Amino acid sequence: MTILIFLLLAVLTIGCAVAMVAQRNPLYSAIALIGVFLGMAGIYVTLAAPFIAAIQVIVYAGAIMVLVVFVIMLLNVEEEVRRPLRLRYLIPLGIFLAALLFAETAFIIYFVETSAYNPPPATQSNVGLTASVGTGLFTKYLLPFEITSLLILMAIVGAITLARRVPTLEINRPRRRAAEEERSQTSAD
Amino acid sequence: MVPLSWYLALSAVLFTIGAAGVIIKRNAIAMFMCIELMLNATNITFVAFSSFFRDVTGQLFVFIVVTVAAAEAAVGLGIIIAIFRNRLSLDVDDASVLRD
Repeated sequence: MTILIFLLLAVLTIGCAVAMVAQRNPLYSAIALIGVFLGMAGIYVTLAAPFIAAIQVIVYAGAIMVLVVFVIMLLNVEEEVRRPLRLRYLIPLGIFLAALLFAETAFIIYFVETSAYNPPPATQSNVGLTASVGTGLFTKYLLPFEITSLLILMAIVGAITLARRVPTLEINRPRRRAAEEERSQTSAD
Repeated sequence: MVPLSWYLALSAVLFTIGAAGVIIKRNAIAMFMCIELMLNATNITFVAFSSFFRDVTGQLFVFIVVTVAAAEAAVGLGIIIAIFRNRLSLDVDDASVLRD
């Protein structure tokens, strides 16, 4: 039964991931990515990690994706245009690297399958529960947790600095002016 | 019980899709979402090992990774907005130089 649920969630997750990469409209990509995150939350539940599943839904599918969709709508992104491929010789190289990555992964999985480790008997464990995660976070791993808050502070300051509108002379921006002219010409057509 | 290697395989497939997406995509926001997918793929590995070895450390790692992803989202989208203001385009090929 667990295997069936896992397979369903895995198919949902991989399907949404492939749809995300294949999709040319960024908004549809974002919606597919929300599907990936929800499928992953289900997979965390099959791993008996309800706390991680909850923050997956709240932080990823909630906060981060709302931010991404907000930026997509703010910038009014159009669909990607198909460009001619400039570096044609890279295709066999890419296939070779993908095969290499797959071989490495297959080796690791084979290694895990044949290792002598025996998991402890499936007793009732409280590893994934909020209480055990919180205890670990506030006792043994308190310093990384505090450093995390510093990181978030830096991210806030950085985001505000980057997104601030700096008044500059328009004459110093030939590239932007050229882009604006091009855009007005295409809209006139 | 689902074997551990299945979770690792799922994680590897998702990571590979994300890595391929970063290389294939030319839209800055789409590349950003592919990076998020790669971060999430590693999270599955962490939680799977944590659950199979009965050790909570992996899940604490996932907590930290989610925080880093949130910080990355804020800064990354700020950079994307700044690029769009200068270039009026989200294509990374148009943003191949740092100057205006």
